[in-house]
Amino acid sequence: MKRGLLTLAVAALYVLHQDIWFWRTARPLVFGFLPIGLVYHVGFSVAAAGLMWLLVTHAWPARLEHDADRDPKSRAR
Amino acid sequence: MIPAAIVCFYLAIVLYIGVFAFRRARGKEQAEDYFLANRSLGPFVFLMSLFGTNMTAFAILGSSGHAFSNGIVTYGLMASSSSLVIPLTLFLVGTRLWALGKKHGFMTPVQMFRDRWECSHIGTVIFAVQATLLVPYIIIGVMGGGTTLAAVSGGRVPFWLGGAIVALVVMSYVFFGGMRGTAWVNTFQTVLFLCFGAVAVAVIAAGMGGFRSAAAALLASPATAPLLSRERVLPYYFLSYTFIPLSSIAFPHIAIFCLTARHMAQFKKTVIFYPLCIMAIWLPCVFLGVMANRADEVPGIQQKLEARRTLTTQGATLTPAQRLELREQSAGDDVLLLLLERYAPTWLAGLLGAGIMAAVMASDSQILALSTMFTEDVFAHYGGKLRFAEAVQVHTGRLFVVLLTVFAYLMALQAPESIFELAIQYAFTGFAALSPLLIAALFWRGSTKWGALAATLWVAAAVAAVAVFQQLVPAPPPGPPRVVYAAGGLELLARTAGGTSALGFMPVVPMTLISALLMFVVSRLTPKPSPTTIARYFSANA
Repeated sequence: MKRGLLTLAVAALYVLHQDIWFWRTARPLVFGFLPIGLVYHVGFSVAAAGLMWLLVTHAWPARLEHDADRDPKSRAR
Repeated sequence: MIPAAIVCFYLAIVLYIGVFAFRRARGKEQAEDYFLANRSLGPFVFLMSLFGTNMTAFAILGSSGHAFSNGIVTYGLMASSSSLVIPLTLFLVGTRLWALGKKHGFMTPVQMFRDRWECSHIGTVIFAVQATLLVPYIIIGVMGGGTTLAAVSGGRVPFWLGGAIVALVVMSYVFFGGMRGTAWVNTFQTVLFLCFGAVAVAVIAAGMGGFRSAAAALLASPATAPLLSRERVLPYYFLSYTFIPLSSIAFPHIAIFCLTARHMAQFKKTVIFYPLCIMAIWLPCVFLGVMANRADEVPGIQQKLEARRTLTTQGATLTPAQRLELREQSAGDDVLLLLLERYAPTWLAGLLGAGIMAAVMASDSQILALSTMFTEDVFAHYGGKLRFAEAVQVHTGRLFVVLLTVFAYLMALQAPESIFELAIQYAFTGFAALSPLLIAALFWRGSTKWGALAATLWVAAAVAAVAVFQQLVPAPPPGPPRVVYAAGGLELLARTAGGTSALGFMPVVPMTLISALLMFVVSRLTPKPSPTTIARYFSANA
């Protein structure tokens, strides 16, 4: 359930990247000089950091580290 | 010359860090220590150096140059899509690579592919394609170094000499310091250019009399107003760019870097802070690139604007060679430096030039990665390790560092295209299309070496085809693309002013999708690796 929601959140953020609603307009200018389309994508970066925090907190693949520590360098090569 | 002197002082510091790392590692002439810093990087160095490794001349000079010509769309095209895709691939793929590297002792992705798919020569094919695609990326660093030193010295240090100085410094600290020296230098550089952005914005804003009036003036002119929106860019093209950051984890230097963390937990902070670091670098670069369109009192920028105007108004009547010349004259790879030269005090311009230099010197990791790959995937794999002591591997790696740097420098003197185009069209597109290999190896039990070979050969052929196509069909003037092949009312293949489009998408989209499809179909039709091998990869990871 948790993994499904996180996968959905990743997919939703990917879709939100294609922001057709601010495509042809520069206004409003945030702080009087930052076009809204640029501010939207800066906000997208912050949202991506938030999503990564959720992934690290709720879906961290801890078993990979346990597995590597349990049997380090079996040196298959 | 004061800025150039400050930049030279900075280069001396960087060189010392490499030598210090060499002295620290003296007596440990082992391949794992030289190529992977003995898998011992701590959390701060891991985050800063991994991020710094990804931020090349392309991020600083290329982004501001692209924004100068195309506007704010540059941030959405590359920065915000990267802020989602790159940390996601580090989280999903990077952690698995780290665990497998620690468990089986892998030092390169090709070693993992060879073991995972029970192959030898197919691994060599993958190495050859990766190496061929990586070289342009290395050339970018040398070109960026030449451009930067020429600009901060007011042209007194010519491009060829600036490129030579940067190549020599990078080669020296990679030669002596290996991965440890490279990671420390990258950490120092990342801190420097993270500070650079905020200072540069403040200084240039003050010099231009604030950005409000500049933004209002850009909006008031029909020629520049579109730079503040995305109306000149088609949605398909914008969507295409979200495929480009897939290249990050497929780049060998990033995959190899994932093996250097002391603990897997060090990926946590890297994954979370990566999008914010991207924002801190790209926002000032893109914004200043756009604002440079109002800095027409700067002679260098005025010349670029005039070249662009000529290209736009008379482009259709000019020959392809004339259009190419105007396109090069209007390219904005050095606008950031021109702005600093005009608006920053001399001493500060030097410090900021050093910050930019920090970014353009990120080719160190690629040089080291290619050296690691050659030593481990070719030299050691085909018997060098058995015949010679391990120290010989390190000497071989160092020799390769020297040869590669000299080759990259000579190529940089010949390369005519802007930094951004060169990087995007060949290295980024090719590695994005190779990403299905990593994903299939780590997540799909049914993948086979023949599927990997089919996908790799397809990527090599497709990149070569795009390069040949763009040589044969000259770029049209700014405006609608030149349709080369259409069927059923669809524009299947077209030459655009900046490259190639297939069905309206950039080549990276069909290349990546077909690569994934070939991996799937050919793997379904060919025999799988032994159950023992599959069990070693999926028993705990399933």
